[in-house]
Amino acid sequence: MLGRTMAKGSIVAGCLAPHPPHLVYAENPPQNEPTSEGGWEQLRWGYERLRESLSKIDHDVLVILSPHWQTYVGTHFLGLPHFEGLSVDPIFPNLFRYSYNLDIDVELSKAIHDKAADAGLAVKMMENPDFRVDYGTITTGHMVNPAFDKPLVVISSNRSRHYYSVEVMQEMMMELGRVTRDAILESGKKAVVLASNSLSHRHFTTESDVPEDMSKEHITSHAMHLWDMRIIDYMRTGQAQRIIDEMPEFTEQAIAESDGGGLTWLLSTLTVPTYPAILHGYGTIIGTGNAIVEWPCYAHEEV
Amino acid sequence: MALLRSRGGLILTNPVLASYVVPVHPHPLLVPEQNEGWQRLRDAFDEARQQISDSGADVIIIYSTTWPSIIGHQIQADPNPTWTLVDQDFHDLGSMDYSFRIDADFAEAWNKANHSRGLQSRTVAYNGFPIDVGSVVALKLLNPDNAIPAVIVSSNVYANRAETTVLAKSCLDVLKSTGKKAVAVTAMSMSNRMFTEFIDAADDKIHSLKDDEWNRKVLEFLEEGRLEDVAQLSRTIHQQIRVQKVVTFKPMWWLSAMNDNRNDLTGRVLAYEALHGAGGAVVHLDPTSNGMGDKEYDEDDVEVYHGERNVLDAEANESSPESKHVDGNGPALWDPAEGKDAVNTDSAPKPVGLYPHARRVGDLLYLSGVGPRQPGTNAIPGGPIQDANGEPLEYDIKAQTRAVVENIARILEEAGSSMEKVVDVTSFLVDMDRDFAGYNEVWAETLGHYGPTRTTLAIRALPTPIAVEMKVIAKI
Ligand SMILES: [Fe+2]
Repeated sequence: MLGRTMAKGSIVAGCLAPHPPHLVYAENPPQNEPTSEGGWEQLRWGYERLRESLSKIDHDVLVILSPHWQTYVGTHFLGLPHFEGLSVDPIFPNLFRYSYNLDIDVELSKAIHDKAADAGLAVKMMENPDFRVDYGTITTGHMVNPAFDKPLVVISSNRSRHYYSVEVMQEMMMELGRVTRDAILESGKKAVVLASNSLSHRHFTTESDVPEDMSKEHITSHAMHLWDMRIIDYMRTGQAQRIIDEMPEFTEQAIAESDGGGLTWLLSTLTVPTYPAILHGYGTIIGTGNAIVEWPCYAHEEV
Repeated sequence: MALLRSRGGLILTNPVLASYVVPVHPHPLLVPEQNEGWQRLRDAFDEARQQISDSGADVIIIYSTTWPSIIGHQIQADPNPTWTLVDQDFHDLGSMDYSFRIDADFAEAWNKANHSRGLQSRTVAYNGFPIDVGSVVALKLLNPDNAIPAVIVSSNVYANRAETTVLAKSCLDVLKSTGKKAVAVTAMSMSNRMFTEFIDAADDKIHSLKDDEWNRKVLEFLEEGRLEDVAQLSRTIHQQIRVQKVVTFKPMWWLSAMNDNRNDLTGRVLAYEALHGAGGAVVHLDPTSNGMGDKEYDEDDVEVYHGERNVLDAEANESSPESKHVDGNGPALWDPAEGKDAVNTDSAPKPVGLYPHARRVGDLLYLSGVGPRQPGTNAIPGGPIQDANGEPLEYDIKAQTRAVVENIARILEEAGSSMEKVVDVTSFLVDMDRDFAGYNEVWAETLGHYGPTRTTLAIRALPTPIAVEMKVIAKI
């Protein structure tokens, strides 16, 4: 259209970016209190490759859906421009006590929120300044961009899967993904969208004395490994639709953290990609399967 | 000044002076005025606070379902945790500043006692540790001026009844060794299904009639002091009125064990109301015996936890639920005893002692007890009921019962008899409550057709990890 000045927004990359606090702990960044002797290098090298890859793509904002901001009443969005504080992992407080300081793109959050409301989803802006940002968002945020120098949109994980079924969860997340995409395109901004979840999610129920003792780290069972490899294979061969089709079996049999909706939402924001994703890394964390994966939209879509 | 109580003629000392069930959502704390029911819950909290303050308790112990843990149980051991909590869902109701007094010595001692009873457990004492909403609401309302120090324990997502029971016993160990008296609190919803939409405060009600009816039934039990009955119904209650994957209805296991698994407490429901659709109740359980409340049935009492929960092994088994081996899980197998009139067959499972599969007497055939084990492989269709360490596993009673009937048919056939000629059957179930319906269904489809008389008994255990066995008399 002649005379149009506003640039069209775009999703430049979509990522599966899991949030085990162990990875932050293993890195010994200044923001985290506990110190370690390293560990989980395969995954940390994977994140290094993802950061390297994203550094080459111009982007304005990171949009994260984390399974550790669990909401039962609708989907919520962080709705204030700035949050800071101390995040202590309630399950691994020995590993993760992280001082965070992050900015929110409230405008884009509100735009997604409004579109979701129009689409009939139950949504709410979170505007309480005392709110503590969940450790999933912070871990993924840190691993992707440790400087936190780009604003985030943070979306809660609606627990519809627990209330209804994986099918209902997927329906809602497909819709949320569509409106997220629309809002980003209309915003004129370049966004990276991130689903902060692991794959197979059976934990060990004991922890070694030295948490980073890598001689103890492996997948909890062969069945979990097979599931992870199956899903990763779909990602690498551009068969995202099959992931969505098999999500009910996957979440049930692999107790997958994708039951929080992040992966379905991510694939929906990318219009269920048929091009191959890049696997940056795979490894286990206390037995759970974690993959760092990037869909390089910029190379496949008109931007 | 330990309190002595008479029970069954014995003088027992239980250091728990009172127990409370309280809801977890922040409405009664933050905005009771917005809904009459929330205000009634608040009034009930206030009444409980007064009772606790008058009780002379040395410590308040909270088991909270809104603090899930994965690596065993966690116990709060920061002497003065201080923070501002905002609920993940109800952040618009306000912030909850807290500063609590924790009995850190008690927490450390409980942790040690857990280890000596075989539990995985650790204490947490970190600045800024996120104390969960259930604990914050309970402590702020029940103990607002920190007059009594508190202890908070998590709810482990993988813990079963045995582990949760042992957790209570190690807590009692510490109470007894320190001479302290306690108030025990479970922070929990009854039905925990909330509305998934936003509602006006004035419109709050229990999510469904079904949830409401179950809540009322559970509260009726508690009002009758039948805490152990509720504990034993935990799994059923979870299936009926709990959102799956949120921690099971475990707190009653803990609370009942804290009260010596009794069914004759003096119970009172101080309030029962909806909290955004979930069932919120404040219940007081006084250890004074109400003189009633026999136990109808019992589960195994557990003193020591035997290490790993074997969730991983159980997981691996899930891939082939139809057939599981019992190698290393049960007694040695014998060749069937030979003898005059003995009937033995390779197409029935090997005995676990020196006896034949069946014996003829005149024109009658007496079968030894027949279980579901598969001849040859010894696998248990539907899965064994426990692993080699005695830890319970999920199993399918219908598959087991069907396999029993098939084994019976093979033995009858070997002896020249058949299903139509079965005269009398005695069935043994190790878990009548769980299994009777499934067993009965298969019965109706198989042996029940032929009209033998039948007697069904609940027994404590069978020699192999099976749930059902039948003793059969048939004509030849
Ligand atoms: Fe997680």
